[in-house]
Amino acid sequence: MQALYAQLLVGLINGSFYALLSLGLAVIFGMLNIINFAHGALYMMGAFCAYFLLNIAGINYWWALLIAPIVVGIFGMILERTMLQWLSGLDHVYGLLLTFGIALIIQGVFQNYFGSSGLPYQIPDALRGGMNLGFMFLPIYRGWVVVFSLVICLATWFLIEKTQLGAYLRAATENPTLVRAFGINVPRMITLTYGLGVGLAALAGVLSAPINQVRPLMGADLIIVVFAVVVIGGMGSIMGSIITGFALGVIEGLTKYFYPEASNTVVFVLMVLVLLVKPTGLTGRAA
Amino acid sequence: MPELKMAEAPAVKPAAAPVLAVQDLQAWYGESHILHGINFHVNAGEVVTLLGRNGAGKTTTLKSVMGIIGKRSGSIRFENQDIIRASSDRIARMGIAFCPEERGIFASLDVRENLLLPPTVRPGGLSLDQIFDLFPNLKERLTSQGTKLSGGEQQMLAIARILRTGARFLMLDEPTEGLAPVIIQQIGHTIARLKSEGFTILLVEQNFRFASTVADRYYIVEHGKVIDGFANSELSANMDKLHTYLGV
Repeated sequence: MQALYAQLLVGLINGSFYALLSLGLAVIFGMLNIINFAHGALYMMGAFCAYFLLNIAGINYWWALLIAPIVVGIFGMILERTMLQWLSGLDHVYGLLLTFGIALIIQGVFQNYFGSSGLPYQIPDALRGGMNLGFMFLPIYRGWVVVFSLVICLATWFLIEKTQLGAYLRAATENPTLVRAFGINVPRMITLTYGLGVGLAALAGVLSAPINQVRPLMGADLIIVVFAVVVIGGMGSIMGSIITGFALGVIEGLTKYFYPEASNTVVFVLMVLVLLVKPTGLTGRAA
Repeated sequence: MPELKMAEAPAVKPAAAPVLAVQDLQAWYGESHILHGINFHVNAGEVVTLLGRNGAGKTTTLKSVMGIIGKRSGSIRFENQDIIRASSDRIARMGIAFCPEERGIFASLDVRENLLLPPTVRPGGLSLDQIFDLFPNLKERLTSQGTKLSGGEQQMLAIARILRTGARFLMLDEPTEGLAPVIIQQIGHTIARLKSEGFTILLVEQNFRFASTVADRYYIVEHGKVIDGFANSELSANMDKLHTYLGV
């Protein structure tokens, strides 16, 4: 039973990253109509940002949680202003190719300087150690990742579904021309939305640094699964992205316990099944 | 119904200059040249109607004024400022509000969110209470999804939400299209009421019987040009011509 709970916890942690990343992808796709293949590279940059902050500037983990998403978010907004904005109205393939190219360049630059091995990032003092829950031992940092990710996901959901800013965002996703004709600066909103989605990826990168080490290809490995999660959940709904992210992490964890050989493929098998039965994804709306 | 009160009356109007003056407006959708030199003006407090057949260029004219047609040339002056190069968000913030033909109610927003969506561009817009006086139906449907409303209610919502913004110049694109006579009547009353409150309205209509109940002046649009214009008082004298123009 200990092993089952341990795998469930691993599943929840992976699910946290899936949720944070697929949430950002869904928000970006809604506003920019771009499938952001650079998402994994920006997640990696978030982790590296935390690493640099700690080892060069001596800035700790807690500040990194705030600073890394802002720095990477600004980098993302520069990408959007200088490159992505010119693709609006074009076929998805262009956005896919451009962001994939950007991802390769970013990862290539980091690999050039840091190789492929992982750099260590220590768990902050306050989150070291563990708790005995009776039925299992819970490393505090891992519990923190799950709870914090959930809070961030729900805060993002609240921002988009329940605030005036979110109403602008949802309306502009449907009909940007009309929203602009009401006096809202839609191009600026698109830039900020890309910054928000990318910032969420960077935040996931910081959370992941103490668990998975900091590696140039950490995002490239993860993003393939995240895209499968997005396909399964569908692009239409924010809550759908969050729930699908956590659920698939748990399903993966359970598979690792009951049938480890399938743990790396179960998400893709589910993706194929969903595509066969409901091509728009579980919570997606028809285009 | 209680009296509508505007918090602030429109600022001092230049006596001679029209609120909107359009000269030699040309516009393109991609490669196709749609407007070939539109000329008209709208004075403060007037209701002016663009009449014409389907595809004549009426909607394109409104969209050009709003700045949502990619390629346009000529001159569009609003309150003595040239807006032909301005972006649509800037034009909206100058005080022009647009109610599109397809109504543009957002499916992912409920009625309240739809109503509150357009930001205030000037002080003096209608309050929610004043809007509910005009359109009592909306008050009962505030939490419904925007597109779950009936066609008439959606049209009321589309007009109501631009009244909140404080814009004093409204462009309404076929507000009566596809609606039941009783709803058309209600929209007619609303336009008359807004006019009496000092709003300036540019209306696009196919239904000139409806237009004749609210309009001060008419322009006839054909093949992307304004080919004729007359005042409401000259309507009966122009009836034969009008039938030819509109093919009714």
